[in-house]
Amino acid sequence: MSAPSVLYDHPGPKARLRNAIYTVIFAVALVAVVWWVVAALERNGQLEWAKWKPLFEGQNWTTYLLPGLWNTIKAAVISVVIALPIGAILGVGRMSEHSWIRRPVGVVVEFFRSVPVIILMVFAYQLWFFTFDYSSSLAAVVIGLVLYNGSVLAEVFRAGVRSLPKGQTEASLAIGLRKTQMMLFVLLPQALTVMLPAIVSQLVVILKDTALGGILVGYVELRRAAGTSASFYKNILPTYVLISVIYIVLNLALTTGAGMLEKRLRRTRGKAGVPLVVTAIAAESVVGEVAGPEADKAMTENQQ
Amino acid sequence: MDFSFLDDPRYDVIGAFWMNVQLTFWSAIGSLIFGTILAAMRVSPVPLMRGFATTYVNIVRNIPLTVIIIMMAQVLYTQLGVKLASREAGVNPQAFLDAQNFRLAVLGFILYTSTFVAEAIRSGINTVPPGQAEAARAIGMTFTSVLGIIVLPQAFRAVIAPLANVLIALTKNTTVASAIGVSEAALLMNTMMENEADKYWAIFIVIALGFVILTLPVGLILGWVANRASVKR
Repeated sequence: MSAPSVLYDHPGPKARLRNAIYTVIFAVALVAVVWWVVAALERNGQLEWAKWKPLFEGQNWTTYLLPGLWNTIKAAVISVVIALPIGAILGVGRMSEHSWIRRPVGVVVEFFRSVPVIILMVFAYQLWFFTFDYSSSLAAVVIGLVLYNGSVLAEVFRAGVRSLPKGQTEASLAIGLRKTQMMLFVLLPQALTVMLPAIVSQLVVILKDTALGGILVGYVELRRAAGTSASFYKNILPTYVLISVIYIVLNLALTTGAGMLEKRLRRTRGKAGVPLVVTAIAAESVVGEVAGPEADKAMTENQQ
Repeated sequence: MDFSFLDDPRYDVIGAFWMNVQLTFWSAIGSLIFGTILAAMRVSPVPLMRGFATTYVNIVRNIPLTVIIIMMAQVLYTQLGVKLASREAGVNPQAFLDAQNFRLAVLGFILYTSTFVAEAIRSGINTVPPGQAEAARAIGMTFTSVLGIIVLPQAFRAVIAPLANVLIALTKNTTVASAIGVSEAALLMNTMMENEADKYWAIFIVIALGFVILTLPVGLILGWVANRASVKR
């Protein structure tokens, strides 16, 4: 008989009683909190059907919510598509043997990782306006997201290449490949499969970060569109609950997809290219277990 | 490049960054406490607590921080009337709103960041060799003692580096407080961009360098601490 966890023994009669008592206490506390919330909602008239009804009206969806959702997805997808190659280039640049490439790329990556995305967006908005003489909030959002996530992905790429066995480098040098060929034909393709789950989970971050575009640069993504809808129908709480659910469903779908991808890769690739820790949620993994501290740093950071 | 706006009394750059530091400080303390509680619940023998913590983490970390912060102001305060600052007659209403929005923002950051703290600590608990917990159980310790005296102290030493990353992310995330009008660096940057539009490069450099100065030492110092504190096995 194995204990359910290493932290506690298989419960005997005493422990079972104690656990039952804790369960009851916690359940009572939870119910009390829920009761308090429901009472507060009731008191403020938030539970009236009139407030929730607009969520089921077609016009609300076609006018506000669906265009907002589309803008969110559009900004996220464009950002990912641009950030991936930039991340790969920066990642490779950071591993270059020439210090005049490695150092500047390192500074660029570290800089854009330490500046808040919203600051990048506000700057990009202005930069775009002065360069092209018209303002585009979509461009601001995309540039901000690309600068930040490109730098994060650069670290992911670097960690991915580093996680490959040394024999890969040695073998490609032994058969006389040049460094560029080695990177393009041997290391990057393998690293890419290893990193695929991590890249998919990076989508979650980008999707969540599109909401930053609605704060200062005026991009009408899901959150901002919902804000307009809520002030029209006067139902802030129901609308925000709804968009929270939309975000959660989208992100959980992405995370589940990444988890399935990871399992598949683990099965087909065997031990040599164990995928990097996908996310702290999906993976029951240990810090630094597969990818080492470098990869781990990139992985934990990019979730936020 | 023209940095003359730094002398303009309208723009309190240092004050704005000080606001970010304050937001980070209080949110970090709160998230560390709540995050540890969540992590303890997630590994506890009581299924209801495990279920609650897992559900909480999976729900909250998938909602954009912007949505959480705005809900704090527009739902918690405007709709439900939860007040975190006292409003007295005769006091400047703006002072009340400032204090209120600051505290609401901190509450939002704590609710959000705790989920990342909890995940970091949980993965730290996994790095502690099973033998440690087994030995503790063998000498008759209860779950609370095993976790509190044996496992968590070792886990904390392993998670300093991941927690440093959470702290850096939190520092950058405090800019989201601009969504509910907390006068911090991002909001100031936006105001400056509107008034001094042609100096956008200089403004960006000042604000961006401010964040580099705030986050870079944290990463370096805590990285060094993490190295020193890590349990050599």
